[in-house]
Amino acid sequence: MTVTDRRTPVRGGVGTSAPRPDGVAKVAGRFAFSSDLFADGMVWGHVLRSPYPSARIRRIDVGPALAIAGVHAVVTASDVPGVNAYGLEHTDQPVFAEDVVRFTGEAVAAIAADHPETARRAAAAVVVEYEPLEPLVDAEAAITAAPIHPDGNVFAHLLISHGDPAATGDVVVEGTYEVGMQDQAFMGPESGLAIPADDGGVDLHMSTQWLHVDRDQVASALALPPGLVRMTLAGVGGAFGAREDVSLQVHICLLALHTGRPVKMVFSREESFLGHVHRHPCRMAYRHHATRDGRLVKVEARMVFDGGAYASTSGPVLTNACCFAAGPYAVPNAVVEGWAVRTNNPPCGAMRGFGAVQACFAHESQMDKLAAALGMDPVELRLRNAMQTGDRLITGQLISGTAPVAELIRTCSAAPLPPQDPAPDPMARPGGSGRSADPDRVRRGVGFAVSIKNLMYSAGFDDFSTARVRLADGAATVTCAAAEVGQGFVTLAQQIVREVLQVEDVVISAADTSSIASAGSTSASRQTWMSGGAVEGAARAVLRRREAGETGEIEETYEHHHKPTTPLGADGQGDAHVSYVFAAHRAVVDVDLDLGLVRVVEIATSQDVGRVMNPVQVTGQIEGGIAQGVGLAVMEEIVMDGGLVRNASFTDYLIPTALDMPEVTVAALIEQPEPGAPFGAKGVGEPPTISSSAAVAAAVRDATGLDLPRIPIRPQDIALAGS
Amino acid sequence: MARMSLDLTVNGERRKVDVDTRTTVLDLLREQLGLTGSKKGCDHGQCGACTVLVAGRRVLGCLVLAVTLEGAEVTTVEGLADGDDLHPVQRAFLDADAFQCGYCTPGQLCSAVGMLREVGEGWPSVVTPPGATVSVSSLGPDEVRERMSGNLCRCGAYVNIVPAVLAARR
Repeated sequence: MTVTDRRTPVRGGVGTSAPRPDGVAKVAGRFAFSSDLFADGMVWGHVLRSPYPSARIRRIDVGPALAIAGVHAVVTASDVPGVNAYGLEHTDQPVFAEDVVRFTGEAVAAIAADHPETARRAAAAVVVEYEPLEPLVDAEAAITAAPIHPDGNVFAHLLISHGDPAATGDVVVEGTYEVGMQDQAFMGPESGLAIPADDGGVDLHMSTQWLHVDRDQVASALALPPGLVRMTLAGVGGAFGAREDVSLQVHICLLALHTGRPVKMVFSREESFLGHVHRHPCRMAYRHHATRDGRLVKVEARMVFDGGAYASTSGPVLTNACCFAAGPYAVPNAVVEGWAVRTNNPPCGAMRGFGAVQACFAHESQMDKLAAALGMDPVELRLRNAMQTGDRLITGQLISGTAPVAELIRTCSAAPLPPQDPAPDPMARPGGSGRSADPDRVRRGVGFAVSIKNLMYSAGFDDFSTARVRLADGAATVTCAAAEVGQGFVTLAQQIVREVLQVEDVVISAADTSSIASAGSTSASRQTWMSGGAVEGAARAVLRRREAGETGEIEETYEHHHKPTTPLGADGQGDAHVSYVFAAHRAVVDVDLDLGLVRVVEIATSQDVGRVMNPVQVTGQIEGGIAQGVGLAVMEEIVMDGGLVRNASFTDYLIPTALDMPEVTVAALIEQPEPGAPFGAKGVGEPPTISSSAAVAAAVRDATGLDLPRIPIRPQDIALAGS
Repeated sequence: MARMSLDLTVNGERRKVDVDTRTTVLDLLREQLGLTGSKKGCDHGQCGACTVLVAGRRVLGCLVLAVTLEGAEVTTVEGLADGDDLHPVQRAFLDADAFQCGYCTPGQLCSAVGMLREVGEGWPSVVTPPGATVSVSSLGPDEVRERMSGNLCRCGAYVNIVPAVLAARR
């Protein structure tokens, strides 16, 4: 008997819009985010950061800071007992700068004091003598410039050569595209609480995306066995990639061990902008070849990604950008070269879409340019080349899973267009103030874009998740270290256990590093598949024992792996990915030609989801991802000036408000179960961000007739285009 | 460093507190009164996560000094519900899944409660047509978007927040 045979299935199973288990606490103000934690005897930590993008440190004198009443400790590089470095891929980022600083905001010292303001005053009192150096801020120049770090300036250099590199097409279009530096800008700034333990270890309560990998980096820096660093997930106020890297974890643990007291640290918004990685800005030169009837013959691309001062995940981000450089299309020949380089700009790493966002803007801009050169409808051109199961990526990898690209394009493009009010409310015009725009100078535009991205980690990474399910007294308890960051994994885990065991009462226990092994990162749209798979595996093991007649408490732990992948070869060919997810977006915009203001009126979308696990949560991910995609298209950019961040605040770095958010029309959720995925479900978090930016840019081009080869599109790019 | 003693009512409870005169309402609530429901997202009045109600009016807790609250009645997210009985706005946010991470939610909720009261009292907004009557029953999505635009949500739950606020009208 399978569970679906039951006549009255348990409520809240797979496919239902089960409510979030943490929902009531979140609306009641009782949900404890990492910034809400307190401990007896607690002191406050603060980090002193470099004001220079590049400088030699001549001298540090912490004496004046230590002399301030209420200051408990000031620590610098010389106080780090273990390896003074951390990093997700390469341990190249110092816990505290030693002889040089390489970006504005790099940590130089940390203070513990009885009050956050005392700690800030103490930071200002630390004497650091800098010898400013000329910063290296140009990514292209960094490839050949003198190294600014012992590990060199090139984080990754990738070549993909697919098919016949000498192939040519009848029609050739070229373009060079740029993407600005986007910030994740989660609402809850970085924060954590470290409590020293009697056994010499430390208990760290932290908002993060991956507990176990944080733990290992902290342990290495503190020269502690990993078991003495016990991490517990505290409430996470959004993540979007920026909590993959270590921020303050090592600093507060070190301060806690130094002072023997609990230490809490909360970043200000400005520190948050300086203290986490951003989306890579990049420059991408493309050439597309096609036949006269619109078949893609070859895609050539050269991409340079600015990784900033330290490696973070620059390598995998570049790998994604290169692998998906041609988009969700069957392309027989390709030559792609990618660079991810070190500069004195802020470190860049993971953000929702992870390399696919930048590539999508470029390949979709190229598809529109090609359609124009061919005199063909841009949607028709995409349909003609749409990838399907059995096609190959430009890495030579066979697409063996589902790839409903044509269905996405058809359903999304068929959605009715929003009506255009002949006499719109003045407030509905671009700018929204009702007084700015000349109604005769507002133009409507429509743009279309399609995207591809990998699910899970790639290129040979041993990606797994662990979960435990205990069944006792008719209720189930799930233990899993997967980080809930708002995406709703805890809801999904309950739904899966309900579905498998047919018990309604499912408790999700706290995520920590002591109770269970790693669940991997909440990133790469992977937790539904990886931790969902682990929870399902554990629940099915419990079910087998129950069905074998066992009564009483049953507990099973399951480790879920996806099928293995391999790194790309020297020619960029290889089976580097597990599975792919696709989406299509159509944007409708109104543009004020004089003021350069854009109002995104509507985004229609179709998404490849495999299976809808929770309709309300899937839709929420789609709407939220679109908000961030719209932001990148027309609003959001960290403005860099000679290595200095010029807009580290929500007054100057603008993210979409309720007024900026367009209507979202979900034209179709394509449910084709993905082989190997738990319940056939694909991750849904990233695709909405990937092609929505490109669609908005295309719509603004349609409205203005301008090239607009760079996002975000700024007012001056439109208003001053002719001058 | 000057200190001052204050009498105020927080979530219906009389509180007597001694504050450093530089303390904001947000820090008073979070650090001194243990009411951590109100969130600090920017501390500069840019994000709205700290929105609380003073005498029923929306204020940004990070931009108001605690010493201005002598005798005031403050309501935070913790004070919206009547015991276990959630406020209609809280219930509507749950029903509409109007949040993901939940960090902005306390501010959104207080903002929505204060906003509905403003509308009930006939306050126009910048999108209200000149001369139009403002009432809770005639409130539409455009008005809600405008009136709630001071509360940022990075998870992008706006598409659900707007109908949740509309659904919460009694």
